[in-house]
Amino acid sequence: MAMTVELPALERTNPTASPAPGRLRSYVRPLLGLLLPVGLALAWEIVVWLGLSSGRLVPPPSRIFATILELAESGELTRHITATMTRVSVGFGLGVATGTILGAISGYWELARRLLDPTVQALRAIPSLAWVPLFVLWLGIFETSKIVLIAVGVFFPVYLGVMGAILSVDRKIVEVGRTFRLSGPAMIRRILLPAVLPAYVVALRVGLGLGWMFVVAAELIGASEGLGYLLLDGQQLGKPAQILAAIVIFAILGKTTDWLIEIAAAPLLRWQDAFGRQDGAA
Amino acid sequence: MLVLEGIRKIYPNGVHALERFTADIHLGEIVAIIGGSGCGKSTLLRAIAGLDRATSGTVTLDDIAISAPHAKIGIIFQEPRLLPWLSVADNIGFGLSELPADVRREKVARALARVGLTDKANAWPRELSGGQAQRVAIARALVPQPEVLLLDEPFSALDAFTRRDLQDHLLDLWADTRPTLVLVTHDVDEAVVLADRVFVMRPRPGRLFEEIKVNLARPRDRNSPLFDNFKRRVLTALDRSLDRNVPDAEAKSSAGEAMWW
Repeated sequence: MAMTVELPALERTNPTASPAPGRLRSYVRPLLGLLLPVGLALAWEIVVWLGLSSGRLVPPPSRIFATILELAESGELTRHITATMTRVSVGFGLGVATGTILGAISGYWELARRLLDPTVQALRAIPSLAWVPLFVLWLGIFETSKIVLIAVGVFFPVYLGVMGAILSVDRKIVEVGRTFRLSGPAMIRRILLPAVLPAYVVALRVGLGLGWMFVVAAELIGASEGLGYLLLDGQQLGKPAQILAAIVIFAILGKTTDWLIEIAAAPLLRWQDAFGRQDGAA
Repeated sequence: MLVLEGIRKIYPNGVHALERFTADIHLGEIVAIIGGSGCGKSTLLRAIAGLDRATSGTVTLDDIAISAPHAKIGIIFQEPRLLPWLSVADNIGFGLSELPADVRREKVARALARVGLTDKANAWPRELSGGQAQRVAIARALVPQPEVLLLDEPFSALDAFTRRDLQDHLLDLWADTRPTLVLVTHDVDEAVVLADRVFVMRPRPGRLFEEIKVNLARPRDRNSPLFDNFKRRVLTALDRSLDRNVPDAEAKSSAGEAMWW
């Protein structure tokens, strides 16, 4: 899943404690995390190069990279990435739209919450992949069923996030809005939306992570193109390098899209009391 | 003039918070409401603010019945309640959204200078100390120039030094436009230093017990014998309002610091 793992606040070193070594460390620290994967990859590369292993089932990094290049040159890669990205974007868009609207209604309006929420919670308890056979029967094996599956995966975290965020808006701050006689729409725009935003961004990121998870599921079930198809094709034809190439691309795409949400939201969330934001840890 | 007529509040859970409170409060007057817990002072303030409706009775300001928050009535709470996503300047200008941007900017700049926080205009609320945040809250409430300013234990969360500082500062700001101030407090010292009249309340159900006029010239010297005398009168009234014996009150006031809980 494409979520950033952030350090617990207490483990972060105080950036003001020792400025000069602190700055040096801020460049070195992210590199420390690369040491293990890069080291392992290099070691494996050397093992295969020395002929200690054939690297047939676990191809060395150079072969994975060559596979990616090969796919890119033939234009296959673009086609698969486009197919997967399209599914994720449309599914994510649908899931976010319905999750936001229904979450906002349930959060804002108690009667709707009493009517709607128990059903949504019950549906949430069903593992989403259990819907697959039904979706295939209802919507066919082509794009629609895949997109709906992704949208279902995205819907729940967004719905819960929005509803929870609205319910937990500080009543005292809402009262400030009342004393300044804000109308309903002004109250939503000037108080509720900014108050809900941080939790909403988190919900979007969790939703996006699930979107990527479900696109793999959807494409494994039956697709003629897409990164998930590359996985399945690699398995059936015994091409582990192709599987790993697809996994690497999934990782890059997942991390990049998550990061896009993060930087898009950053200017809106500057006010947040995030510990250690100044040293660029986030 | 702010007229409170037979204000009575019984909460849906049956708690009888306030029983027929009646008072006339004149324009520019400072009134302190003091009393033990459960004497309905916050309930009263919220009814005047139009935040909660009284079960019966009326609040009228210049012959306008108040049943919802009104433009001429501002309120300051115990916590600053600043909006964390707005800068200090935008927080102060929050109630001025209907004015053109340049007028708003100018008013905000003047208010910032008035509370001595010009250098914090672009800071986030989380970067302020408790006293600074409460000053921003005062500026935010005063900048739309309300006729009545309600204060619900506004300084009770601050340390003693900052509290005194802000009490003096509030008087200073009050002198600019002389709005009516209605202040709920636990602190006898605060009531006597600020108010023209102190309403001592009595609990269960909350009602007016005694009204004490503080006719001392401002600025008031907290260490003068006259000031002490008024403090003692308020303390005595408070103790009688709880049916305690009076010598206890003497002991308390001579003990010095007059936080009354």
